Amino acid sequence: MKQGRIREEVVMSGEEITLSFGGITALLYVNFAVQRGEIFSIIGPNGAGKSSLYNVINGFYKPQKGRVFFKETEITHLKPYQIARMGIARSFQNIELFKHMTVLENLMLGRHIHIRYGLFKSLFYFGPCLKEEVQHRKRVEDVIDFLEIEHIRKKHVGTLPYGLQKRVEMARALCLEPEILLLDEPMAGMNLEETEDMARFIIDVNSEWGMTVLLIEHDMGVVMDLSDRIMVLDFGEKIAEGTPGEIQQNALVAKAYLGESDGAFLGR
Amino acid sequence: MAIKCGVFKTTYEEDSAIWQTKVSKFWIALLLIVLIAFPFVFQGSRYLLYVCNSVLIAVIAAIGLNILTGFTGQISLGHGAFMGVGAYASGYLMTHLGMPFIVCVVVAGCVTAIVGMIFGIPSLRLKGLYLAIATLAAQVILEFVFVRWRAVTGGSQGMLVPPAQIGGFAFDSDFKFYFLALAFTLMAVLIAKNIVRTKSGRAFMAIRDRYISAEIIGVPIFQYKLISFGISSFFAGVAGSLWAHYIGIITPEHFNVMISIQYLSMIIIGGLGSIYGSIMGAVFMTLLPEVLRLISGLFSNQYPILVNIFGAIREGIFGLVIILFLIFEPDGLAARWKTIQNYWKLWPFSY
Repeated sequence: MKQGRIREEVVMSGEEITLSFGGITALLYVNFAVQRGEIFSIIGPNGAGKSSLYNVINGFYKPQKGRVFFKETEITHLKPYQIARMGIARSFQNIELFKHMTVLENLMLGRHIHIRYGLFKSLFYFGPCLKEEVQHRKRVEDVIDFLEIEHIRKKHVGTLPYGLQKRVEMARALCLEPEILLLDEPMAGMNLEETEDMARFIIDVNSEWGMTVLLIEHDMGVVMDLSDRIMVLDFGEKIAEGTPGEIQQNALVAKAYLGESDGAFLGR
Repeated sequence: MAIKCGVFKTTYEEDSAIWQTKVSKFWIALLLIVLIAFPFVFQGSRYLLYVCNSVLIAVIAAIGLNILTGFTGQISLGHGAFMGVGAYASGYLMTHLGMPFIVCVVVAGCVTAIVGMIFGIPSLRLKGLYLAIATLAAQVILEFVFVRWRAVTGGSQGMLVPPAQIGGFAFDSDFKFYFLALAFTLMAVLIAKNIVRTKSGRAFMAIRDRYISAEIIGVPIFQYKLISFGISSFFAGVAGSLWAHYIGIITPEHFNVMISIQYLSMIIIGGLGSIYGSIMGAVFMTLLPEVLRLISGLFSNQYPILVNIFGAIREGIFGLVIILFLIFEPDGLAARWKTIQNYWKLWPFSY
C-alpha cells in the first residue's frame, strides 16, 4: 500500500534554510525534500527549531539564507496568504481558531480562498452568491462528516473542550483542500482515545484524500507508527533523516534526546 | 404556538436564512407595518418625527462603525468626521454642480469611502489604542479642513444644503423625509447583514479574532482592513449626506470628536459585532437624551425650581446610565436580546 501511495515527485523542499534571531540561531543549513503522498515527520527536543521551520514554510519568518520550494516554485518571499492560496494549510501548536465564531463559520473561512463571488454580489446575497455559499457549505459538511464533528457545528469555538478545538482546527485546514497539510503537535495535551482518533484521521487524510502531511509531534509512538520518513532537528541543525526504523537505531538521535547512547526509549 | 419548536430544516438555503420561522417573519412584517404607519399617526408632532429621523440616520452611521470596529476590530475615533465628509461632499455636489440627490448620496458615499481608506492605511502597522490615536488624528485633520477650506465647505458659517429631491418630489418636511430615511436605513441594514454573513464579513471577523490564522487560511489582511474602512466610511458618508439634506445647514460642529465618541458608545452599548446591536445602540443613545428632556419637562409644571437643577444634571444622568449599562450589560443590548430570544425559542416546551 505504501508504495502506491507515495509518488516520486518532490512537492516541497528546503535548501540550506538558515534563520536566526539576533544572536540565536533557530535553523542552520536545513535541507529537506518531501515527496507527494508522504507522511513526513519532524521531531526534535524543545527549541530545536521545528515550529520555526513551519513558520518559514508559511512565510511568517523570512530566512536569512536558503530557499523554500513548493513543487518547482520558490515561495521563500511570498506572503502567508499567497502561500495558503498555493495549497499549503496548517494547524497550530497553540490553537489559533476564531473563538467568537461558530464551528461552521470557522470552516467556511477555510473555504475563503475558493469562494469566487466578489463584494458587490454579496451585497444582494440572493442569486449567484447564495448558490456559491451553498456549494461551499456542502464541501464543509463533507469535512464535518469526515472528522465526526456534526454535533458541534453550530457551537461557538471558544466553548468547546480542548480536544475538539484541535479537531476543528484540523477541519479548517482541510477545508482549504490543500496539497500539503502542516500539523503542529496535533496530539499535544490529548488523552489516549483522542490521540488514537487523531492518528486515524491523519492516516485517512493521507491515504484516502492523497494529501501530503508534514507532522511535528512529541508522541514518539504516534510518530514511529504513522511516518514514512522522519527528520530530526537539534539546536536548529538536521542531525538525521530516514525511516522510523533507521531513526530508532540512530545513535545521534538518541544522544540528542537522552544525552547518551541509549536508543531503547525510542522503540516503544 | 411554538416559536422554534419542531422546526426542521432540509436545505442549506433554509439554514442560512435570516428569519427562519414563520413566527419571526410575522414579527418582522408587523414591525415594518408599524414603521410605515407611525408617521401617519403622529403626523402632527414635528418634534417626534425629528427624533425618529435622527434615529434612522444614526442607525446607518452606527452600522457602518460597527462593521469596522465591531466586526473587523479596528477602532475608529474619526467616524464623526467621515460623516462630515459625506455631508459636505453631498452638499457641494448639489449646490455647486447641480447633481440630483440620488447621485449626490452615492458619490458622497464613495468619496467618504476613499477618504476613509486613506486614513485606514495606518492600520497596516497600528493596532488597538495606537490606531485609535491615528484615527483621532484623522478627525482633527478633517475638522480643520471643514473649517478652513471655505471655498467648498463655507467654513464656520456653514453650508446651506437644499432638501433631497427625487424625480421632482421634494422631501422637505419631517414627515416626508421620514420615508426617505426609512428606505435608506432598511437598505443599509440588509446590505450590512449580507456583507457580514458572506465572504468579506467572515474575513473581517477572522482578522478581529486572530489575524495570524486569518493570514494562514489565505485572507490578505491589509486589503480586507482597507475594504472594511471603505465600507464603514461609505455608510458614514451616506448618513452624513442624509443629515445634510435633512437639517439644511451644516457646520463643522455637527461633526466634531464628540459625535465620533457618541457613535463609539452606541455600538458598545448596542453590542460590538452585531448589526441588531448597532440598531439598538443607535436608538437607545439618540432617545435617551430626549427622554431625559421629556422627564425634566414634566417636572417643570409641578416643581419649577427643580428644572434648573435637573437641566444641569441631565448630562450627568446620561453618563450614569451609560456607565450602569456597561457594568450590567457588558456585551450590549444585542446579547440581552439574544438571551430573551433563547428563552422563548423552545417555548412552550423548553425542557
